[in-house]
Amino acid sequence: MKPETQAKISDLIQKNKIFVFMKGNKLMPQCGFSNNVVQILSTLGVPFETYDVLSDEEIRQGIKEYSQWPTIPQVYIDGEFVGGSDILIELYQNGKLHEMVEVALAS
Amino acid sequence: MISPQQVEAMIKAKLPDALVLVQDLTGGGDHYQVTVVSSQFAGKGLVQQHQLIYGALQQAMSSEAIHALALKTYTPEAWTVTAP
Repeated sequence: MKPETQAKISDLIQKNKIFVFMKGNKLMPQCGFSNNVVQILSTLGVPFETYDVLSDEEIRQGIKEYSQWPTIPQVYIDGEFVGGSDILIELYQNGKLHEMVEVALAS
Repeated sequence: MISPQQVEAMIKAKLPDALVLVQDLTGGGDHYQVTVVSSQFAGKGLVQQHQLIYGALQQAMSSEAIHALALKTYTPEAWTVTAP
């Protein structure tokens, strides 16, 4: 990964409390897994920003290296990688996601 | 494209004690839902648990033989509570 790609990724996840690398955007997710994540965060009613990896091949590959995680979407809360779609669903269902975003938004 | 048996074998090669349930979601051999129960998940976070499985399936994931993978991971203790 190029140093500027890495710098861009860390800048995005540091500047936004809740950040999602996804396929497509909030209004038009291009993949069912990305859609799951958008739906969950929208249901919680919390502010979050997204990045469309389909528009940027450098970021699309770089983000997999950055987190050691091979799939998109990827959710970051307070600069930390939290998981993809399956983990978000689980954290939503057991109530932990709500706690995590509250803590992040309060800080 | 990859068979459910191959998916199970790749996971068991990494986690020999695992109970592996593989569901082909579309019948096309590239959209899978996989449930894995293993004692090796104990003490690990969900991210680390899923990373173990992605690691076991790395070849099939990076070659895009598997296009989509929904994962559920459980320790044996968690599984006895969750199992239907």
